[in-house]
Amino acid sequence: MTTRSYAGVSVGDELPPLTVVLTRENLVRYAGASLDFNKIHWDDKTAAEAGLPDVIAHGMLTMALVARVVTDWAGDPGALMTYRTKFTRPVIVPNDGVGATVELTGRVTEKDDTERTVRVELTAKFEGKTVLGRPMAVVRLLS
Amino acid sequence: MALDQSFIGRTYPPSPPYEVGVEKIREFADAIGDPNPVYRDIEAARAAGHPTVIAPPTFVITIINNQAINMLEADDELGLNWRQVVHGEQSFTYHRPIVAGDELRLSAVIENIMSRAGNDFVLVRTDVTSVSGEPVCVGTTTLVARGTA
Repeated sequence: MTTRSYAGVSVGDELPPLTVVLTRENLVRYAGASLDFNKIHWDDKTAAEAGLPDVIAHGMLTMALVARVVTDWAGDPGALMTYRTKFTRPVIVPNDGVGATVELTGRVTEKDDTERTVRVELTAKFEGKTVLGRPMAVVRLLS
Repeated sequence: MALDQSFIGRTYPPSPPYEVGVEKIREFADAIGDPNPVYRDIEAARAAGHPTVIAPPTFVITIINNQAINMLEADDELGLNWRQVVHGEQSFTYHRPIVAGDELRLSAVIENIMSRAGNDFVLVRTDVTSVSGEPVCVGTTTLVARGTA
C-alpha cells in the first residue's frame, strides 16, 4: 500500500468512484457490528409504521461507504483528520435479493500548504439523488 | 411538547473503559464491506506506520452507540421520544486512529437543543479519550426528533 503524496494532488482531482450494492443482509450485519439495533433498519412492519416505503439503510453505513472513497485514495485511513455529513434522504433496501445500489464519488476542493491537508467533497447517490448533505473529509498527506 | 432547553449543558459521566478488540474491528470492516488490509493484518498496518491494526474511521460510532446514545435513551428526564428520532448529522475530528487493544473512555454533553419546523434538534458532543486522558476522537451527533416540537 502506498500513501498518496501531497505534492501530487491538485484541486479538482476526481477520486476513483465506488459503486456498492446494499442488501438486507448487509443491514443486519451492520446493525450487529455497530450496535445500532433500530428496527427501522431490518423490520418491515416498523418501517411501514414510520411511514417509509420499506426498510432503510443506517445513515452511518452510507457514511462508512463514502469514507472508503477517501481512504482508498489516500492510501492510509489514518490520514483522515475530519469527516462529516448530514443525512438528508434514506436509502431504501427492499428484501428482494437485489438490494439498493449506492454510487459514491469524491473531488479535491482545497489544499492547505501549511498543514499539508487536502479537503475532499463527496457525494452518495441512490436512484440518481443525493442521500447525504455536503459530506466532506480532510486528510493530512505526508510529502 | 418541545424539549426543555435547560438540558443544554447536561453531561453524562465518562463510561467504563471500552476495550477495542481486533476481531470487533474485523467484524466492523466486514460489515461495511471494506477489504483494506490495515483493518485486519498487523504487517499491513505496520507498513502504513501504525503500531497494530487500526479501526475504520466510522468504527467509533459503535462506541458512541454503545455508551453515549444509550445513556441518552435511558435518560427519562430528558424525555426524548426515541420512536421519532432519526440521525440528522454526524461529524468526527480525529486526533489519531483507534487501534486494536485501545482502552477508551467516552464522555458526552448535550451542546444544544433547538426546535425548528416542528422538530426538536439535539446536538450531542462525545469526547473519546484513552484511559490516560489522551484525546482520540471528538464526535458530534445531531439527533432529530420528528414532529415533537
